Amino acid sequence: MSSNFPLNFPLVSTLTLLPFVGGIVVLLAGRSAARLTAATFATVAVAYTGWLWLHFQPAMTAMQLEELHALEPSIGLSYHVGLDGLSLLMLAVSSITVLMAVAASWNNPKQGPAYFAFLLFLETGLFGTYTALNFLHWFLYWELSLIPAFFLIRMWGGPGRARAATQFFIYTMVGSITLLLAFLAIFLASGSFDFLELTRMAQNGQLSAAIGQNLHWRQWDSGHITMYLFCGAFLGFAVKTPIVPFHGWLASAYSEAAPETTMVLTGALSKMGVYGFLRILLPIFPEQMWRIHTILLWLAIATIVLPAFTAWAQTDLKRMFAYGSINHLGYCILGIVAVAGSSGAEASQVSQKAAALTGVMLQLFSHAITAAALFWFLALLERRSGGLTGLNDFGGLRRAMPVFSGLMGITLFASLGLPGLIGFPGEFLIFKGVFPLDWWAAALALFGLLMTAVFLLTIVQRVFSGELHDRWKKMPDLSVAEQWILAPVILLLFALGLYPQLMSGMVHGTVTQLVGLVRY
Amino acid sequence: MLAWTIYVSFIGAVVVTLASAKSPALIRLLALLTTLAGLGIGVMAVAHDPSGQFITVARTRWIPSLGIEYHLAADGISLVLVLLTGIAAVAGVLFSWNIELRIKEFFALYLVLIGAVYGVFLSFDLFQLFVFYEIAIIPKYFLIAIWGSTRREYAAMKLVLYSFAGSALVLGGMVAAYVVSGERTLDLETLAHFPFPAHFQMWAFPLVFVGFAVLAGTWPFHTWAPTGHAAAPTAASMLLAGVVMKLGAYGCLRVAIMLFPHGLDPWGFHVLGFGSWQQVFAVLAVIGIVYGASIALVQKDLKFVIGYSSVSHMGFVLLGLMTLNQIGLSGAVYQMFSHGIIAGLLFAVVGRMVYDRTHTRDLGELSRLPLAKLIPFSAVTFVLALMASIGLPGFSGFIAELQVLIGSWRAFPSMSWIAGLGILIGIAFSWRALQATFLGEHTKAPEHPLSAITLPERLGACLLLASTIALGLYPKLLMNLILPVLSGPLFEQLRRGDWR
Repeated sequence: MSSNFPLNFPLVSTLTLLPFVGGIVVLLAGRSAARLTAATFATVAVAYTGWLWLHFQPAMTAMQLEELHALEPSIGLSYHVGLDGLSLLMLAVSSITVLMAVAASWNNPKQGPAYFAFLLFLETGLFGTYTALNFLHWFLYWELSLIPAFFLIRMWGGPGRARAATQFFIYTMVGSITLLLAFLAIFLASGSFDFLELTRMAQNGQLSAAIGQNLHWRQWDSGHITMYLFCGAFLGFAVKTPIVPFHGWLASAYSEAAPETTMVLTGALSKMGVYGFLRILLPIFPEQMWRIHTILLWLAIATIVLPAFTAWAQTDLKRMFAYGSINHLGYCILGIVAVAGSSGAEASQVSQKAAALTGVMLQLFSHAITAAALFWFLALLERRSGGLTGLNDFGGLRRAMPVFSGLMGITLFASLGLPGLIGFPGEFLIFKGVFPLDWWAAALALFGLLMTAVFLLTIVQRVFSGELHDRWKKMPDLSVAEQWILAPVILLLFALGLYPQLMSGMVHGTVTQLVGLVRY
Repeated sequence: MLAWTIYVSFIGAVVVTLASAKSPALIRLLALLTTLAGLGIGVMAVAHDPSGQFITVARTRWIPSLGIEYHLAADGISLVLVLLTGIAAVAGVLFSWNIELRIKEFFALYLVLIGAVYGVFLSFDLFQLFVFYEIAIIPKYFLIAIWGSTRREYAAMKLVLYSFAGSALVLGGMVAAYVVSGERTLDLETLAHFPFPAHFQMWAFPLVFVGFAVLAGTWPFHTWAPTGHAAAPTAASMLLAGVVMKLGAYGCLRVAIMLFPHGLDPWGFHVLGFGSWQQVFAVLAVIGIVYGASIALVQKDLKFVIGYSSVSHMGFVLLGLMTLNQIGLSGAVYQMFSHGIIAGLLFAVVGRMVYDRTHTRDLGELSRLPLAKLIPFSAVTFVLALMASIGLPGFSGFIAELQVLIGSWRAFPSMSWIAGLGILIGIAFSWRALQATFLGEHTKAPEHPLSAITLPERLGACLLLASTIALGLYPKLLMNLILPVLSGPLFEQLRRGDWR
């Protein structure tokens, strides 16, 4: 296996540890240098990811830059990391969102060294989650990202932060525990915690045989037990994504956290759930997903449609975007479930499945960028309005602050999937792939698309158009510095909207491999 | 060389007694150097031979007429616990830096306790083990009764009575083993290979096991533990929870299970649904896990919260022992180490960093103090300690509880579900303790300013944190010591059935 990477060096582990070291440096650097240090480390992480991106071989289906060290065979613990298109995409998403969050927090006096350190610790958790291939240390990073997120909400949030943080913690912890229990049982049966090994075993039927042989619960057959294990793992990811009805924590967490924090929560943290579907559920439990795919499709539809309506009914911009975020990740789940639900191997189906999965990955990226950007705009707005973010608090802002309104407008349209902007290719490909596979689900999901447009346009109308309130006449527009720092983000919205191949080419190998796994 | 862990501690105790009480700095330094020497010897022994093989350290005849020997030896499991004792002892001295009352006596007793504990872990003659075990009880009484806080005399007396009751059972079993074997020896190595009759093992096992299990904090013999922990001064709580409870667990494994493995076989009949001692004690273990966690959830005194959490965590040790398979047993030993470190850390934060400064352990009162702002270092330490305590990956507790759960899943699946429930309750009480101490709302500044966290406290906390994280990330360090012992000749009689 030839590698394009020039160095024989643990590149992935280094990237994972980089923000962690950064966090410690930030803590030691003290208040005055904290934000600069944090920005430096976040920038280096983005550059590092970009460098990996340039040297990555998109056509290869196997993992690249694998590092494998057996640590403790008796409990299946080995250090195993690797990079495929999906991982790389998620690394890019995480590093960019964290950099955006650091930039957005630049002028916020409340946020000292500890805040920036937690952001960087969180980044390590994300990087680790997206590259680990052994359940045990993957789970370490999965939890490691939960703790900084909790403290970011708990310590720098709004008035309801204590409640919101507790709710967030309990929901995700319950999901984590069922996930852990499911994997313990899988380890007991199979003797492995390694994702690639388990995928291989699931594909050739060894896993289900081992489960039948080694787990005896009340004389259930292996299909029955595996379904329970699937449900345990599913709950962990469903809470994180979140999928309706496991989304109760999200709205208050997103709206009580400082908007700069929410940028990371929605941009990078929420992707962990979808990543779990793609890395774990689809390859290891393809049969279980196929068995209950009708139920899962309904859940996906509910996740798309209901939050769109709820968002429309909100009067606070943060809560609107929070529910919008659920809705956008619902499309990803829809795509994944539709793929899992069609087990055929004919050429036409394979190409539809590939389209849907490519769409899912594009959507992951585009949602991260647009959602983080939207909360960035909210952060800017909140600081100017003295804490107000109500839908009806504003009006006619485009006269007072035309540049702000223009840029946020572009982002809103990107979020609703306007062709030419980043949101379109992903949603288009998902619908293109899902429609032939499950036309009714695609049709129902269209309601969600419609409602998304309705609530996003409502925001445009209430906030930017209409009568300008006297209070806001003096509201300053974006400064030159703010414009410059937002410019690359806006550029990204256009670039990937007009030239999605940049992204879809990257995940080609991974998508081919995933589609191959769904056939059993 | 390992024998010097014991001698150094006793010599240290004598030297401290002879030092002038007018120079507390010297006494502290002496105590610190003594414990550091013990830790250093332990580390060097492991570095010298990291394979965990059985090594005899010293062996001479002691009471020839009875066949009793002075036999110091170590295998991997002893080494694990010697390391734990070393770390806990150093940390304990660092967290006792502020002791002023009768400082000489304090450190002298402290070092005697440490020496006796080393002695138990290194004894391979049952009689000698018992002697060290008894020596350890005396200093515990005085440490609590003189330097303790809430209801200290009651707690100290309760601890001693429980300990002696347990010892009496152990003594009974020991004499019986001596007589039945007829070998005129109490050497553990010899007795481990002696085929005791099965019916004898059936009644000798529970006798010895319960005797040691009292000190391991096993439900329902645990009640000395929370009161003792709460009343003891910080260093003594750290040692009680960190090391002394391990004496009991170590005895259960080294004496009861190693000598009488067939005592765990099925009885051949059922009483109340139980078919063997293995099932009985596994159920007690699981009750301890859930009960300890549940009681911790409703305590108002922060030290009681941590005290009951120890009962819950020691339940995992016992459950691991009762699985009787390799992964469960190694998990039990790993948990002994892990809990020793983590409990020490929790008591250090609660007793030394918080209570010695605020003079309250009431959760309600603590929640009205802005502690996270006043002593941020202790807040960070407490958060990390609680994360370790609830078994998050990356900390030693995860590796330990994982192994115990896997082992118990193989032995009795339903128990691991209930143990899992105990973990959930553990998260809940940790959460509650954290909310009340460091995340309180509506806080107001205390009347007296709190003194800053001192350097010894920082060093002690870093030592313990580094230990738990190192073993959470690189379990091989200890596993290489533990596994060869379990697959070695001493546990030969135990390995049968689905040993994996």
